[in-house]
Amino acid sequence: MARTSLPARERSLLPTDAPLSLLTKTGQPVVDPELTMPDDDVLLELHRRMVVGRRFDTQATALTRQGRLAVYPSSRGQEACEVGSVLALREQDWLFPTYRDSVALVTRGVPAGETLTLLQGGWHSGYDPHEHRVAPQCTPLATNTLHAVGLAHAATLKGEDTVALVLLGDGATSEGDTHEALNFAAVWRAPVVFLVQNNGYAISVPMSKQNIAPSLAHKGIGYGVPSVLVDGNDPAALYAVVRDAVRAAAEGGGPTLVEALTYRVEAHTNADDATRYRDADEVAAWLDRDPVDRIEAYLTARGLLDDARRASVAAEAEAFAAGVREVMNADVEVDPAELFEHVYAEPTRQLREQAALLAGELA
Amino acid sequence: MSTMSMSGALNLALADALDADERVLVFGEDVGPLGGVFRVTDGLAARFGDRRVFDTPLAESGIVGTAIGMAVNGMRPVVEMQFDAFAYPAFEQITSHLAKMRNRTRGTVEVPVVIRIPYGGGIGGVEHHCDSSEAYYTHTSGLRVVTPGTPQDGYDLLRDAIDSPDPVIFLEPKRRYWSKGEVVAGRPRTGFDRALVRRPGNDVTLIAYGPMVATALETAEAAKEEGWDVEVVDLRSLSPFDDETVCESVRRTGRAVVVHEAAGFGGYGAEVVARVTERCFHHLHAPVLRVTGFDVPYPPPKLEEHFLPGVDRILDTIGRLQWDDEVCGA
Repeated sequence: MARTSLPARERSLLPTDAPLSLLTKTGQPVVDPELTMPDDDVLLELHRRMVVGRRFDTQATALTRQGRLAVYPSSRGQEACEVGSVLALREQDWLFPTYRDSVALVTRGVPAGETLTLLQGGWHSGYDPHEHRVAPQCTPLATNTLHAVGLAHAATLKGEDTVALVLLGDGATSEGDTHEALNFAAVWRAPVVFLVQNNGYAISVPMSKQNIAPSLAHKGIGYGVPSVLVDGNDPAALYAVVRDAVRAAAEGGGPTLVEALTYRVEAHTNADDATRYRDADEVAAWLDRDPVDRIEAYLTARGLLDDARRASVAAEAEAFAAGVREVMNADVEVDPAELFEHVYAEPTRQLREQAALLAGELA
Repeated sequence: MSTMSMSGALNLALADALDADERVLVFGEDVGPLGGVFRVTDGLAARFGDRRVFDTPLAESGIVGTAIGMAVNGMRPVVEMQFDAFAYPAFEQITSHLAKMRNRTRGTVEVPVVIRIPYGGGIGGVEHHCDSSEAYYTHTSGLRVVTPGTPQDGYDLLRDAIDSPDPVIFLEPKRRYWSKGEVVAGRPRTGFDRALVRRPGNDVTLIAYGPMVATALETAEAAKEEGWDVEVVDLRSLSPFDDETVCESVRRTGRAVVVHEAAGFGGYGAEVVARVTERCFHHLHAPVLRVTGFDVPYPPPKLEEHFLPGVDRILDTIGRLQWDDEVCGA
């Protein structure tokens, strides 16, 4: 392929020992020669979208308790990853999310009601992927990594400037597709960013039973993929790392593997009981590293975030949540005839017969 | 019109499709300079360049998964699985994503991917090289599953598959790759999902597909000695199924035998028997019977002749179709 003739990149294949960061857990700025602190307006936008995203997440959890959603996998505590990575994308880029990335979707601009269609149970996906450049939320683990590589490589073949960002979790790095995707992306020098949100648990299974490499980011070296370890609760660092990776990909530098160290504050889903496999002390320690508090402390100390802006962001989040309630409290309109409509471009004769059978039952 | 092998016809179809539509890509293992282990992609990389015809890393899930992503981005990938059993690593991508993407997205995302799979036995292949895997795919809604029985269909069905907006599992009967026949490129095509009567007859309908089409035709000739006038229906499209053509034939003949290489239990033939029985019951003079591979793993080369349905076993089965009331041992 043409891309393989490009000179090798100078970026390191190995991640740093310590995760990259730009803000300490109390919001103090850190100088890191690898990273540039995002501009103030970006930081303010990160804060705003994280506050709105968290409120959305809380609302979705509440709606699940009320029976409005069949299930909801919360990303509470992972807002730096969900928001920072999406804001680092350009309009022409694509996002390949998982079922836990509803906050990333609303940040990307997918309407909340369409984001939650899968979890509400009205259909398997609620939005037009081409309209938002967001693939359907992927339920099987790691399979979306290959879709991202394929889409990105097709962009290269067509001469389009498009980068694909694929989200996956720590558990998904054990799946074969992740490894095939890293290798394909490396060989094809595909413009892909792999963001592993290492939130500590694959449902109940901790990292210690998932992996014994020094980090998940170390897995990139075997494929020749430059890899980065970043503090996943540091929104400034997360944004900077993904933005740099997107830029490198767009400039022909190929893929990057990013591991973000974060924590799943809630259980796997509302149907899970996290007290069976982890201590309250562990959760408390991570709550002390909250990503929203962190950027709020920094912006406040800088004088960029005053009470008035804080209040207006909070009001925006409340209004967003009210909109979510309004959409989700309406009864879902489902059409049994639609079962047969999208299986093939044109329904087969057999499907038309079955549609008639069901219609007869419902008449 | 020219005489060519099925592999030649498939090669011509790929070349014509690449020529006709720049969105068509051909990739997989060894499909580049080598031209594929069966030479079906011979010369394509040289003619169309390595941006359109290329070798991939050796990983079948990766091949199908990336093909899905390329299709989302407007391409029409035609990928090769080197052998039937080597496609199994891609099973999740095929069944969970390729087959379901259109339905999942309410028709907003099309994934027009063709997966070419050489399948079936009869070539003396070692283990994992001779599976008849069609039932895994026909059981998955959202996929089209087609298989040519002649060089002409090798060309026509592959062009149809590549033109189709739906994902297609394209099963190539590897023991027939070298069988020759007349091929006309570019003629109006029969239709993607229609069965064809390959040989008319009055007494019994032999329903076959892929590698068994030639065996069925051979059987029909041999059956003349027994005084049976055998009709042969070539299914071509396993999914969707052409009830109309098959049932029209069976209603006329009143007897039917389904033939396939794959093991019988839970196999594709059971679906055919059920459909024919449900629709033609009052026209049947005998139960619809099957001639299939045994319910054992595909045998080693020195035993495959005992496994594969052949003319004698099919004739014996035709003989059991209750031609008179005494013969109903089955």
